[in-house]
Amino acid sequence: MPDSPSLIPNRQIAEYVDRMAELIDLPIDPEYKPGIIANMTRIAQVAQLVNEFPLPDEIEAATIFTP
Amino acid sequence: MIQAYPDAIQIASVVREQEVSAKSIVAAALSRIADGNQRLNCFTTVMADSALADAEAIDRQIAEGKDPGILAGVPIAVKDLLDIAGITTLAGSKINAAKPPATCDATAVARLRQAGAVLVGATNMDEYAYGFVTENSHYGATHNPHDFNRVAGGSSGGSAAAVAAGLVAISLGSDTNGSIRVPAAFCGIFGLKPTYGRLSRAGSALFAGSFDHIGPFARSVRDLAAVFDVLQGADPADPVCTTRPPERCLPQLNLGIENLRIAVADDYFARGAEPEALEAVAKVASALGVKDRVTIPEAERARAAAFVITASEGANLHLKDLRSRPNDFDPATRDRFLAGALIPASWYIQAQRFRQWYRDRVREIFENVDIILAPATPCIAPPIGQEKMVIAGEEMLVRPNLGRFTQPLSFIGLPIISVPIQREGNMPLGVQIIAAPYNEALVLRVAAFLEAQGIVSAPVIQR
Repeated sequence: MPDSPSLIPNRQIAEYVDRMAELIDLPIDPEYKPGIIANMTRIAQVAQLVNEFPLPDEIEAATIFTP
Repeated sequence: MIQAYPDAIQIASVVREQEVSAKSIVAAALSRIADGNQRLNCFTTVMADSALADAEAIDRQIAEGKDPGILAGVPIAVKDLLDIAGITTLAGSKINAAKPPATCDATAVARLRQAGAVLVGATNMDEYAYGFVTENSHYGATHNPHDFNRVAGGSSGGSAAAVAAGLVAISLGSDTNGSIRVPAAFCGIFGLKPTYGRLSRAGSALFAGSFDHIGPFARSVRDLAAVFDVLQGADPADPVCTTRPPERCLPQLNLGIENLRIAVADDYFARGAEPEALEAVAKVASALGVKDRVTIPEAERARAAAFVITASEGANLHLKDLRSRPNDFDPATRDRFLAGALIPASWYIQAQRFRQWYRDRVREIFENVDIILAPATPCIAPPIGQEKMVIAGEEMLVRPNLGRFTQPLSFIGLPIISVPIQREGNMPLGVQIIAAPYNEALVLRVAAFLEAQGIVSAPVIQR
């Protein structure tokens, strides 16, 4: 996993956590917030590795849904 | 002649031959558990009364001339996320402790019991299977039988330690990102993560459904094969369970390795590990006469994508409780679940699409290779409570990095055995034997070859 700093500033991650938590009605105890921000920062770093990788349009996420 | 610590096949054999009763086998296991569990903390539930009653029923069947099955009288335990009728499935959580008892056995539990196995209890794990250490704030840490100060690995740590310590012959765990292979390696036993969807998960508490597998821990390769064969078969109760006909692997164990194309994974799988972890792979490669190398592309990204999908799916399953009672979660999982609930959909979908791309690349590799070897973990079991470790000269967090070599492979559901390398005076290590999907028979054959050569083994720890 990358240990390099996220390209997204910590302040933006904190704001995102607040707004998204509001939007999905997830109350956040202030005591847990630093831990959540740290985890979200880590997820953002990790997701960047995936998101920056160019994928052909025809690559589809497989589903197991059977109608 | 019974060895001091026989494997499951041998136990079942002497029980069927009425050399020893199932009841005495199970009573002895319960006695070992009563003693050993105080130090190891493998079990969250011990079912002494029902186990003895089940064992008596096996003995009656044998006395009546019936065959109770290939696992007759074998004491087994299952990770406490598989339903056991009459017992509340904890999944390592405090929240689930208030839930009613399960009304029926998980499919895997039922099939093992039908084969004559005697369930003696449920085993400790990381909360909701989210971890690699089995340091559970509600139910305590499981200790490694090789060194009580070290973790057993996780999340199926209780199941692995129970087999390693000789408390039971067989156990079941689950593997989402490495939760069978990591504790198997740390505890020095065999662990099989089957092909995704090959064994029914019905009746198990899911962690991240895209990657959840169940599989066995054992002291011998033939035990792994026997349990795998018992567990195979379609199950409409699990939407991802395959409908392809079972393929019996036990009869194929001794087919050898001739003509198998085997290669060692290089690049990502040869970096970020302590020298001894790579030496373990080299030892196995040497025993197999392997010199070829193979590069699995973009393994780092595969691990990243698995990380995103796991966090997102895991959080969604527990969203209601995360909203209403976050204080009741284990501090080791809570913030990860809360953050996982906030992941943008596009990150999740991109990770699932990357999974398809990566699967296609690995399929291409398996056109030219039958078996790939890789380390199971980057290091030996770390001390309980340790937050950071140094691997290959770099300091990093313990918990997320133990899955470095397992996560990119379960990501695409490959069948893998972690085989145990015992190291005199040192902690054991594991090596992953990896094949293309539905080739469990091949990984079992290679493991059986290594076992016959004395390269891999899982003796009970004598302490």
